[in-house]
Amino acid sequence: MNLQIKQEDQDNIHELSLSGEVDAFTAPQLREKLMPLTEKEGETIVVKLANVNYMDSTGLGVFVGALKSSKQNNSTLKLTGMTSRVHRLFEITGLDEVIDIEDVKGGSV
Amino acid sequence: MTMTSDFVEMKIPAEPEYVGVVRLTVSGIANRMGYSYDDIEDIKIAVSEACTNAVNHAYPEEEVGQVTVGFGVYEDRLEVMVLDRGKSFNFEEIQGKLGPVNSEKSIEQLNEGGLGLFLIESLMDKVEISGEDGVVVMMTKFLHRDGVEVDASKVSSSPQQ
Repeated sequence: MNLQIKQEDQDNIHELSLSGEVDAFTAPQLREKLMPLTEKEGETIVVKLANVNYMDSTGLGVFVGALKSSKQNNSTLKLTGMTSRVHRLFEITGLDEVIDIEDVKGGSV
Repeated sequence: MTMTSDFVEMKIPAEPEYVGVVRLTVSGIANRMGYSYDDIEDIKIAVSEACTNAVNHAYPEEEVGQVTVGFGVYEDRLEVMVLDRGKSFNFEEIQGKLGPVNSEKSIEQLNEGGLGLFLIESLMDKVEISGEDGVVVMMTKFLHRDGVEVDASKVSSSPQQ
């Protein structure tokens, strides 16, 4: 029931690797890490979700906020490597149409 | 129609760190009942959403209330009730009071958790909300023991691309 966030920065590319669960308890932690990155001009933020085994609307909310903020600041937000389970939430809510999602993993583990 | 059922009830402090505890509990119950992996994940999300709404919106900041979660375990379905008042509830009495989701009042009440409510409706087979005395969300997932998925639009475990 925890979330680990690892951050790697290279020039203007920032990578956050998440592992664990994104829910009402851990989403504020993610928001705190992610939002400041999106508030700078011309940055690329890549969020790696391969090791996220649970996510709900609280996580979707964080990514929606981060997307808005990154667009306002001419930065780019990308989500990569999520499982098909997690991707399904983006599909149901239609968010897969507005958020840049790459490399969805087929297996549901 | 058989009325045989087991009932499990738990009360949690209205704090976000306890939503995961409810999730583990419902996962255990659904697993024991024989739901598929995908169904269990759907139930976990729907129940978490209802608890998150209750935790975030039911009580003013300075007051830590309680959220009551009831699990009705039937032969053919799991019914989960999430009540954002700390008191115990009479399962059958509340069942009688519930109306359909699209009554305007209840949507308005849960407005801030709108995405969550939308997910609950998408992931469960039946959802009812009552706002008379606190908010009660009652959701049902049917158990299909024959292994045939009723909803063909579900994501399969194989890659799509």
